Amino acid sequence: MSTMEQYEKIYLYQRIVRAKLFIDDHYSDNIDLDNISDQAHFSKFHFIRLFKSIYGSTPNNYLIKVRMDKAKILLAKGHSVLETSIMVGFDSPTSFTGMFKKITRLTPSKFQREQELKRNAIQSNPLLFVPNCFAETHGWTK
Amino acid sequence: MITKITHTCIYVLNQDSAYDFYVNKLGFKVHTDAPMGEGARWLTVTPPEQPELEITLFLVADGGMFDKETVQTMTTLIKKGTFGAAVFTCKDLLATYEELKSKNVVFKKPPTKEFYGFEALFIDDSGNWFSLAQINS
Repeated sequence: MSTMEQYEKIYLYQRIVRAKLFIDDHYSDNIDLDNISDQAHFSKFHFIRLFKSIYGSTPNNYLIKVRMDKAKILLAKGHSVLETSIMVGFDSPTSFTGMFKKITRLTPSKFQREQELKRNAIQSNPLLFVPNCFAETHGWTK
Repeated sequence: MITKITHTCIYVLNQDSAYDFYVNKLGFKVHTDAPMGEGARWLTVTPPEQPELEITLFLVADGGMFDKETVQTMTTLIKKGTFGAAVFTCKDLLATYEELKSKNVVFKKPPTKEFYGFEALFIDDSGNWFSLAQINS
């Protein structure tokens, strides 16, 4: 590959990466494919094809994944389902709950209850989560 | 009969900055973050597609198996870049490299063609080095 071809390839990658980082930073906004592809200076079709070839997912599916990952963190922290749905960019808690259940196979409430149980268990007996060899090397079992 | 590995260990010099590095920059998920009293912390993270593999971010500090001399020796060795803790793989090395660089991850070797695919080398916030590879399918 010539230097110019290498430069063009790197520049193309940088544009796709910037678009991916745009999704990472603006997941809670009302973004759509048109503004994501605009950010990368590509046509919508070309952008989807390149994004999928690099990340194994369409930009829309990636956006959903980012929203769900953030939602899990917020629910685990104790935010309500309504608050979480707004904070990750959904128009309604109903559409959020539907998508969350589709992706995780749990309702947001059930997921939150499980996280609360885990948090309480860690607080009351953290050693249950530490393999004994590590607990001993740290001196936590004395 | 041994079937798999469930826990492994990376020695780090500061757990707060290690958390920032592995979670916020590399995109690993927090598995357990438990205060253990007296400032101690059990912190494990998992790679995005391996939720069963817990990587312990093990603080090098006085107490337990580390006496002061060992802490000093370990700290020097880690900062020197002695330890290569793992090979991480990715679907697209060039994209991952560009993203991690934009998050100020320090690379010791840029993406380079190898017989098995492509590889780059980066260091974490403590000094541990890692291979980042895209393996030929």
